[in-house]
Amino acid sequence: MNMRPPMKKLKVATASLSGCFGCHMSLLDIDERLLELAKLVDFDKSPITDIKECGPCDIALIEGAVCNSENVHVLRELRKNCKMLVAVGACAITGGLPAQRNRFDVGDILERCYCDMPGAQTRVPDDPELPLLLDKVYPLNEIVRVDYFIPGCPPSGDALWKYLTDLISGRMPRLDYQSFRFD
Amino acid sequence: MTDIPNTFNLDGEPIRFEPGETILQAALKAGHFIPHLCFSPEFKPHGSCKLCIVVVNNRTGSSCAMKALPGLEVQSDTPDLNHRRRTLLQMLFVEGNHFCPGCEKSGNCKLQALAYDLEMFNDHFTHFFQPREVDASHPDFFLDRNRCINCELCVRASRDVDGKDVFGLAGRGRNSHLVVNSPSGKLGDSTFAKGDKAAEVCPVGALLPKGQGFKKPIGARLYDNAPISQSFGVKEEV
Repeated sequence: MNMRPPMKKLKVATASLSGCFGCHMSLLDIDERLLELAKLVDFDKSPITDIKECGPCDIALIEGAVCNSENVHVLRELRKNCKMLVAVGACAITGGLPAQRNRFDVGDILERCYCDMPGAQTRVPDDPELPLLLDKVYPLNEIVRVDYFIPGCPPSGDALWKYLTDLISGRMPRLDYQSFRFD
Repeated sequence: MTDIPNTFNLDGEPIRFEPGETILQAALKAGHFIPHLCFSPEFKPHGSCKLCIVVVNNRTGSSCAMKALPGLEVQSDTPDLNHRRRTLLQMLFVEGNHFCPGCEKSGNCKLQALAYDLEMFNDHFTHFFQPREVDASHPDFFLDRNRCINCELCVRASRDVDGKDVFGLAGRGRNSHLVVNSPSGKLGDSTFAKGDKAAEVCPVGALLPKGQGFKKPIGARLYDNAPISQSFGVKEEV
């Protein structure tokens, strides 16, 4: 018998590091195509699932830049477990608007926010539960190797759909001119 | 003796030129786009951005500085040259703070439009994140040096057209930056005025009018619908 073997569904993990969740909202913006996506992939660790530890995955979609120690931990976890790591959005690719803090001293910023503002507390939160901020905001590719980049702030739903379906079907991802945006 | 026709070949197509013109000038006049940032037909060539790189008779050079000669074989739109251009763009992007999502020039910016056209997906290199000074001392204009690409178009416009000599480059190497010719070094203390030619030539978001940002709806901006290679003659309406 000439039976086609059932196609193995790809596993996808997603994460938001120092992101605004806008790129995830843009992913939801593919609307009813989400049902099609659900036929093609299973989601592993992601803000839209309840999985706490990342298992072996095919694709990691990561929005947001790296701004604190926990971001580094999550980023390395996904890099270790995923075959393809995709930087999604301006923050993940360039540091984005959060990287505008890079011209200031991180200690000064914390004191300004937690001590100097009217009605603020009197000290910078120091509970060990809280991850420490890094000296600067870093794009993903300055911490781990990144395989693919989807530009945009956020990338449009159409851009994400085009890029993901290209990736899933093994094509070299391309974006048409209308979908290619940095803003 | 026969006359040699004043044409050269650009990517296999014949381009007519007037004697004395550069390859880039002749190509743009004939409607053939070669990527460029620091060149403007209204000013003398500068040669700093290197995006107009071409191969002429198997030698590489800047088409804005090379004179057109009869019979030259010029290559511009090749995968290799476009790859080099993309690398140059990435170098410009990491060297400054090009946070397009928060820039008033986004959609009207030549640097961004070239990055779109050449499909620059990432910045590749390590970002410099240099803290450069922002000058908002002028009542009508502000200067964000973090976005400046040192093309010197404002320098040339102020010197050659306005006759004011307001701008210049100072410093060396990666510390090279735009300075303002006034006792305090501030734009507000210079003779710069909003009607100046220098006020309209900045190809990026470095020298911008105040209180004008985000006027055009997304979709109606200069490079929203057509890539710069197809719309390079069009000017931004101010």
